[in-house]
Amino acid sequence: MKKTALALCMLLVLAKAGFAQKYFTKNGTVSFEAGTALEDIIATNKTAASVLDAATGRIEFAVLVRGFEFRRALMQEHFNENYMESSKYPKSVFKGKIVNLGEISFQKPGNYPVTVRGTLEIHGVKKEITTTGSLRISGTSVLALAKFPVTIADYKISIPGIVSDKIAKTAMISVTCNYAVLK
Amino acid sequence: MKYLTTTIFLFTVFVIQAQEKDLLNLIDSTGNGQKTYVTGAFKSSRVINGHSIEFIGKHVLDVRILHRFGRVNDGIGEFFGLDQAAMRMGFDYGLGKDLTIGVGRSTAEKELDGFIKYRPIQQATGGKGASPVSVVLAAGAALTTQKFAADAPFTDTKHRMAYYSEVIIGRKFTEAFSFQVSPTYVHRNLVAERTDDNDTYAVGFGGRLKLSKRVAFVADYHYVISGLNKDIYKNPLSLGFDIETGGHVFQLHFSNATGMNEKAFITNTTDSWGSGEIRFGFNLSRVFTIGKKKNNPGS
Repeated sequence: MKKTALALCMLLVLAKAGFAQKYFTKNGTVSFEAGTALEDIIATNKTAASVLDAATGRIEFAVLVRGFEFRRALMQEHFNENYMESSKYPKSVFKGKIVNLGEISFQKPGNYPVTVRGTLEIHGVKKEITTTGSLRISGTSVLALAKFPVTIADYKISIPGIVSDKIAKTAMISVTCNYAVLK
Repeated sequence: MKYLTTTIFLFTVFVIQAQEKDLLNLIDSTGNGQKTYVTGAFKSSRVINGHSIEFIGKHVLDVRILHRFGRVNDGIGEFFGLDQAAMRMGFDYGLGKDLTIGVGRSTAEKELDGFIKYRPIQQATGGKGASPVSVVLAAGAALTTQKFAADAPFTDTKHRMAYYSEVIIGRKFTEAFSFQVSPTYVHRNLVAERTDDNDTYAVGFGGRLKLSKRVAFVADYHYVISGLNKDIYKNPLSLGFDIETGGHVFQLHFSNATGMNEKAFITNTTDSWGSGEIRFGFNLSRVFTIGKKKNNPGS
């Protein structure tokens, strides 16, 4: 009886370990659009780091603010120098959890809609957010896609009146991360 | 049963511990070991008169309108110098992130000038071979197109030409403070005074002190080492403010120089701060991005 229980327990541990796979990427894409009819403001960062824990559903992202590339050099400078103050706040971080983890099977290939809730830190300000996205699972890789709005004023990013017509009040953030197994 | 309890207990502890750890710590997400270039040492590609270690960016056209008014001490009759103005119209273009070419034309001596500016080393942090300073090389030529006097002894095209080259070494020390030093060599094929040499050596100093996010105090000084008659010519000193208003940078300043290219302000400055012979001036710059779209994640 004791042995059976122990074996069962070990099996459980092993099963859990097999399941407890972590995924990561260091070259995820995070982009945003904050333009208006007057000006197109688009920037892309292709060096986002992220780790996804399949066992707990925890998911974390980190992007270096300086890594955002704009089409216009001056916009990029203003973004770093005036709005994001990237020397003071070099990183933006999201730490959250997949709410509907039970509906996702990391062993079974497929397209799963996900809801993620967590804390987004931009410009030194932390704020709770909830967003939806999708996980595309195929073999050992996981593709995560999400798109969500961020209200610029929530993060204490001040925009002077003279350019307020050119910059949207909310930025649309797109995330594309192609995860590989973390060993 | 004891074993089972122990195992479950240990397992639970293990899981809890695993959960508390920061997931991002599992990978290097800090960008450490990654070379990051330092940007924004100066707001503009010029400190005031002289070139700064900043570049305008690839495929960027910078249209520059510079004004230098008359002497402030000319008094109310000349509206403190505002009745007169010298002007330079210039077009700079960023061929690459570290390469800019430019042309300009000044009203003083109807001078046409052109330059090329290249940055072999850019200040960076982190990573291997990150340089603590930026090094910039600039070279230019100036051609005066004003008619020579009828009795002028030298009137060939070559006598209208002058050249300059400089090395600029600069560093953004803190978010607020940047400083640069620029040894400069100016060669004029024809000089105005017998006491002058054709070759002039000078050292430029430029600094910026940020007062707020959008306002900075800037200073630009060139010390002439040799080549000019110091009784006639003075070292150009300019003090001013960079004011950024979203899209534009206005550089407002006071200076004893009227020249708006390296050759002109280093070798043609005769006014002196000591005698109150200073002028108000401004640099206006508007940039346009030319070239096809590089990224468009929306599409």
